[in-house]
Amino acid sequence: MIEVKNIHKSFGDAHILKGISTTFEKGKTSLVIGQSGSGKTVFLKCLLGLFTPDEGEILYDGKAYSSLTDDEKRNLRAKMGMVFQGSALFDSMTILENVMFPLQMFTKQSKAEMEERADFVLKRVNLEDAHHKMPSEASGGMQKRVAIARAIVNKPKYLFCDEPNSGLDPKTAIVIDNLIQEITDEYNITTIINSHDMNSVMEIGEKIVFLRNGLKAWEGSKENIFKTDNEVVTDFVYSSNLFKKVRQMYLEEKG
Amino acid sequence: MSYLHNIGAYFLMIAEMFRKPTKWSVMRTLILKDIDDLIIGSLGIVAFISFFVGGVVTIQTALNIDNPLIPKYLIGFATRQSIILEFAPTFISIIMAGKVGSFITSSIGTMRVTEQIDALEVMGINALNYLVFPKFIALMLYPFVISIAMFLGILGGMAAVIFGGFGTLDDFITGIQMDFIPFHIIYAFIKTFVFAFVLATIPSFYGFYMKGGALEVGKASTTSFVWTSVAIILLNYILTQLLLAK
Repeated sequence: MIEVKNIHKSFGDAHILKGISTTFEKGKTSLVIGQSGSGKTVFLKCLLGLFTPDEGEILYDGKAYSSLTDDEKRNLRAKMGMVFQGSALFDSMTILENVMFPLQMFTKQSKAEMEERADFVLKRVNLEDAHHKMPSEASGGMQKRVAIARAIVNKPKYLFCDEPNSGLDPKTAIVIDNLIQEITDEYNITTIINSHDMNSVMEIGEKIVFLRNGLKAWEGSKENIFKTDNEVVTDFVYSSNLFKKVRQMYLEEKG
Repeated sequence: MSYLHNIGAYFLMIAEMFRKPTKWSVMRTLILKDIDDLIIGSLGIVAFISFFVGGVVTIQTALNIDNPLIPKYLIGFATRQSIILEFAPTFISIIMAGKVGSFITSSIGTMRVTEQIDALEVMGINALNYLVFPKFIALMLYPFVISIAMFLGILGGMAAVIFGGFGTLDDFITGIQMDFIPFHIIYAFIKTFVFAFVLATIPSFYGFYMKGGALEVGKASTTSFVWTSVAIILLNYILTQLLLAK
């Protein structure tokens, strides 16, 4: 579980996060949504420990990040998996080597054991035949799946995804969403996704945190988001006519 | 102020580079890869330039000695001194600032742009140790490149003398053996080690801390070449004053 307590972050005069508090529970897929410039990426980087909040505290399973020693921080980070927006695969390595990389860095497994584990997770993301391809030879969807495989290979406790669907066609985007949700359930991990994609919100948002101008404007589940009267949220989530109609139908159906 | 900030950040980067070392089994592979990219991959261009510039140095020396009272073996002597003291360590290092330096800046800069460095940091890996330290170790073999440059420069000079008809082989060999001071070789290699450190760290600094996209990678490579060259020229002056001046 990750608890965020009143975090603030500024860069020079720009006050990006203005006191956000929330909780991300274990075994659930949580989405952080909001317009561009709302502070989502800075928030995610604070959770990852890449940025240090100016005020406030982030607790990982009850332990405050700021109270950890350097070694403890390093160990905590080894338990984090991250799927970057652009996949961030190491382009000097094959797909298999990319997936094996966290094992090489953080375990004492033999090469055969590492290959076996990497092979297992690559199969889990439906990439049985791509082991020896270079990342540049893989499609966007394949690269995202490799990034997910790399993120989960060392059995993380926390999985972070920054816009995992960006640049993907709708069908592949749903495959990636479902894969993340299945992995979250299967490994009982705390998953946090930054997203603009309203399909993801409706499909896998067990918890949704809506950020606006560096503040938490709303939080709830995907069921709540249909019912909310919060105009700020409805303006953003139902900005397209299609989603407006879907919401109307849902509300009519529920009476 | 930004110059002072960059100088401070550069020295902090160097300190950070030695902290939290990467596992040896991984580091060994990285070092071998960097030896291949930075040292072995540079031998061809260094050999080509050294041989022909050695020849040009010899021809120009020969053409400027028009007094019949000056012995011909001075051509070999002047060639040896020029190549060992300046051409091989300094001139080749400036060329390497272009070849190796821009390779380092653009490869690390591209990793920054494509979030690969963020990926390393998220995993709790010291990205500076992982990326820069192997380059620093690989470039400790740089004196090997400079030895080849010295040898081929003198060989080029010898070929120019013989095929250009500027003197005899015996005169040239007498010249390159005359008044040989072993400390000049030590001086050249001290410079080479210092330049190797500069070649590994300044381009890494500009790649690692760059911001922006593909265009900025190109700009960072150019800036890194300029500052690596400036550092080499300044350090060359300082080391020459310290080591050779009496």
